[in-house]
Amino acid sequence: MAIDEKTVRHVASLARLDLHGVDVTKLTGQMSAILEHVEQLKEVDVTGIPATAHAQNRRLRLREDEPMQVITREEALAGAPKRQGNFIVVPRTVEGGGSS
Amino acid sequence: MSLSPSELHEMTLASAKKALAAGDVSSRELVEAHLSRIDAMDGELNAFITRTADQALDAAKTADETRAKGGDLPPLLGLPVGLKDLLCAKGVKTTAGSRMLENFVAPYTATCVRKLVDEAGAISLGKLNLDEFAMGSSGENSFFGATKNPHAPDRVPGGSSSGSAAAVASDMVLAALGTDTGGSIRQPASHCGVVGLKPTYGRVSRYGVVAFASSLDQVGPVTKTVEDAALMLNAICGVDPFDATSLSETVPDFTQSLGRDIKGLRIGVPTEYFVEGIDPGVKRAVEAAIAKAKDAGAEIVEISLPHTKYAVGTYYIIAPAEASSNLARYDGVRYGHRAEGASELVEMYTRSRTEGFGEEVRRRIMIGVFALSSGYYDAYYGRACQVRTLIRRDFETAFENVDVIAAPVSPEPAFKIGERVDDPLKNYLSDILTIPLNLAGLPGMSIPCGADDQGLPVGLHLIGKPLDEATLIRVGDCLEKVLPPRPTVKGA
Amino acid sequence: MAQAAQAQDATQKAYDTVIGLEVHVQLMTKTKAFSACATSFGAEENEFICPVSFGLPGSLPVLNKRVVEMAILLGKATGCTINHESVLARKNYFYPDLPKGYQISQYDKPICEHGTLPILLDGEVKNIGITRIHIEEDAGKSMHGGGGSLIDFNRAGTPLLEIVSEPVIRSADEATAYLKVMRQLVRTLGVSDGNMEEGSFRCDANVSVRPTQNDPFGTRTELKNINSFRFISRAIEYEADRQWDALQHGEKIVQETRLYDAEKGRTYSMRSKEEAHDYRYFPDPDLLPLVIDDAMIKDVTADMPELPWQRRERFESAFGLSTYDAEVLTADDTLAAYYEAVVTDGIDAKTVANWVTSELLGALNQRGWDMSQNPIGADRLQGLLKLLAADKITGKIAKEVFAKMFETDDAPDKIVASMGVEQINDEGAVEAIVAQVIAENPGQVEQFKGGKDKLFGFFVGQVMKVSRGQANPQLTQEILRRKLAE
Repeated sequence: MAIDEKTVRHVASLARLDLHGVDVTKLTGQMSAILEHVEQLKEVDVTGIPATAHAQNRRLRLREDEPMQVITREEALAGAPKRQGNFIVVPRTVEGGGSS
Repeated sequence: MSLSPSELHEMTLASAKKALAAGDVSSRELVEAHLSRIDAMDGELNAFITRTADQALDAAKTADETRAKGGDLPPLLGLPVGLKDLLCAKGVKTTAGSRMLENFVAPYTATCVRKLVDEAGAISLGKLNLDEFAMGSSGENSFFGATKNPHAPDRVPGGSSSGSAAAVASDMVLAALGTDTGGSIRQPASHCGVVGLKPTYGRVSRYGVVAFASSLDQVGPVTKTVEDAALMLNAICGVDPFDATSLSETVPDFTQSLGRDIKGLRIGVPTEYFVEGIDPGVKRAVEAAIAKAKDAGAEIVEISLPHTKYAVGTYYIIAPAEASSNLARYDGVRYGHRAEGASELVEMYTRSRTEGFGEEVRRRIMIGVFALSSGYYDAYYGRACQVRTLIRRDFETAFENVDVIAAPVSPEPAFKIGERVDDPLKNYLSDILTIPLNLAGLPGMSIPCGADDQGLPVGLHLIGKPLDEATLIRVGDCLEKVLPPRPTVKGA
Repeated sequence: MAQAAQAQDATQKAYDTVIGLEVHVQLMTKTKAFSACATSFGAEENEFICPVSFGLPGSLPVLNKRVVEMAILLGKATGCTINHESVLARKNYFYPDLPKGYQISQYDKPICEHGTLPILLDGEVKNIGITRIHIEEDAGKSMHGGGGSLIDFNRAGTPLLEIVSEPVIRSADEATAYLKVMRQLVRTLGVSDGNMEEGSFRCDANVSVRPTQNDPFGTRTELKNINSFRFISRAIEYEADRQWDALQHGEKIVQETRLYDAEKGRTYSMRSKEEAHDYRYFPDPDLLPLVIDDAMIKDVTADMPELPWQRRERFESAFGLSTYDAEVLTADDTLAAYYEAVVTDGIDAKTVANWVTSELLGALNQRGWDMSQNPIGADRLQGLLKLLAADKITGKIAKEVFAKMFETDDAPDKIVASMGVEQINDEGAVEAIVAQVIAENPGQVEQFKGGKDKLFGFFVGQVMKVSRGQANPQLTQEILRRKLAE
């Protein structure tokens, strides 16, 4: 097996996916089959080969610092599952977490 | 003079354009004929997720008024089309085939839709079915149910642009937009016997296109003829300030490549694309098409794309890796599905995402998260990006000697609905002939080239140099005239 | 431990502290880092959002050129190498105020690397190494309360530069000095307003301790989001002492993120219940490599202003100031400009420095004002110092006039005239006052002549008292010496 159930559970938690009611053994088997196919990339000699992350050999095009309005606040918030005034409301965060 | 409804929906984009210009038909008649066709056919085919009949009729009225005033008219004014439901159109539901976005109404419009509809004047009849978030090659992974192949309703139409191919093949729209991340335009076009063109990565803006895998996704047309593909490309290509990967190169008038010969053109045929296990009917149809090209004066050159066999492994790391990150925004916070009754944030996240995403999407997110995670990155994502370089180089080398490459689109014709549901790997492996182009960013096109032994459509795959869609149009248009005609679908 | 937490001079500590700082600077651009929606401060919630900053499906990032220019400017100012090719990467994690589920940042190929920031410690320059400077985007804001959290995405996508120092900072004082110079630098360059309270200049500190400089690094903790210089200093002091104390008791330091409780004056663990972060950085597929050519660097650096430390050195050499005075005067761009506007031919530059650093700053401090509230324009202070230099008024009177200048907008000569306090430079007039003082203090004259030299000051004081401070001091001394010798 290219991946075990413990790793599958860890990955699910990183991906914020719930495995309740999921046949983890079957999922692990399917993921393993895919990853085992991927294993054949190991036979390729990639020494000194640069990585391709983009389908273009270009440089990033930059934007001038000029403001522009694309949508209104109401348009943006119209699909919000829960609002309080113009705030979006989510359930309480567990202590901690935090962004940079 | 009045045309019958069947004469109307059997038109191509080009012939309808001519008929409108000649005053033989109104936009209203065209739209009404196609709406009736949808009413008659789509109950079974399930190509549409959302129909926008009222807006379409309003737009047809406006288009007819505009035409009556005369003057410079937009090139596709009043012509009914369909949009893959991965493309945002302001005020219309954009579901991506997912429960996650079941009720999501896009507050802005994708650049390609703006260009096709707002600028070129085409009229959208609605949003077309697809594999959820464009992940799949059968059309079965849609929250809104599988789309059926118009030529064989027990079979898949291919995917992920399943609705786009089925709607065009069954004459419900004159043309449609699809997206292609690993073959999602070309493979369903091949399975449904229509033309599907994936432009060079960056030719068409991705702004407003719900992302699957950002370095691979590309919008393109699904049409009845190569000429129609040229008309659609003319409308949607071009640089976009909202997409930093859109290309700034001048867009040629692709209709200039129509009606030309292919004498002396060098067509490469990659030995690796006639893989072991290829369906004999597919092989025969494609070889026959290549023979026709030779008859038309092209030089056929055997070439090698040695890293082809690694394309599936490379793609099924890179695409899920990007997808796992692109789909992180579906967290139930700002829009989309939010699970009921979660009292705590992480529970809200996991339940919303688990309920909102289908099985295949969740599986690919899992693969992607794994491939990027600490301890596995180098062995999976890192290595896949290096092999991607080798796959690109294969094409660069091949194109030093040939002008275009010809091959099958899919190693097999459309399979039966439900046949592969539990075997994702088998599904993935059948993408082997379309995936390499996405990895290399190249343009590619599928044109109908006959049928296999069971009468199922087969597509010829034409692969071009970067930014050389013009040669694809030239070769495709030339061969279209000598290949078996596109299979048609009778009315219900 | 509470006693141990009392601030101590670093040099007196029984251990060695190692600090590395990560500063997040919010940039003063008109639009966000990756979208054309306006940056907003103090706007209504969710007013400044667009498909990109709200993370709508199908939206794509397009990098703001000004952000790149600001990064280059800060990079060149700190002597960094500007990488000709750098990579924008995604940092993946879930948080409600992070709209896309990832933050666009830079990981293994940042835009700037290997720089230094010169700081002044006890009059000595120390160059603090800068590991890297990279571009990233800010998140929105979460407000906790009631049954959940309220999310505002106005700040989401605001451009940030993260500046990471080498772990070479050895005390809380050093850390504070570094941060003050960094903040002044970003203000001088015009890239940020550097406002700590409003979060446009934020600091995280990595702190570890070890017995001596020669020992390997200890396990570090990260102190996050401290919003004033004072608290940063206290938090570092506390944390270093806490770690050393723990080590003395045989405990192990846990690598973790800690927050500072300003009221209790202590740090505490965030005790996140989440599993360890795995950010899964990878190159953002929507953003091609950021390529910077020499022409762009040249263009950007053509606008490079004089940097704070360059100005300090110039003040020392051009005005003959002590390092200390030069440091005080250049610690703030407005103050430095003010000083330079006051200095002119005919006034000693050091006198100006004394007036600005002690009289002016003292008076402003007393009122709790900063330079932006300074009512004494450079021309008025210059006018006052000219009167002093020309012996029109005495130093004592100058201070009185200066005090009056806080109450009126009048020019100093007008104030002097209205107070009737011009200096008495007439020899006869001073002689008359001296004569009066000698006549009124026969006992002291006797003692002085008997050898009690110290009484000379007493006579000077008396002359000043009688003349209400207006007698020319030099003249007073000369005449006193002569008359007392008679």
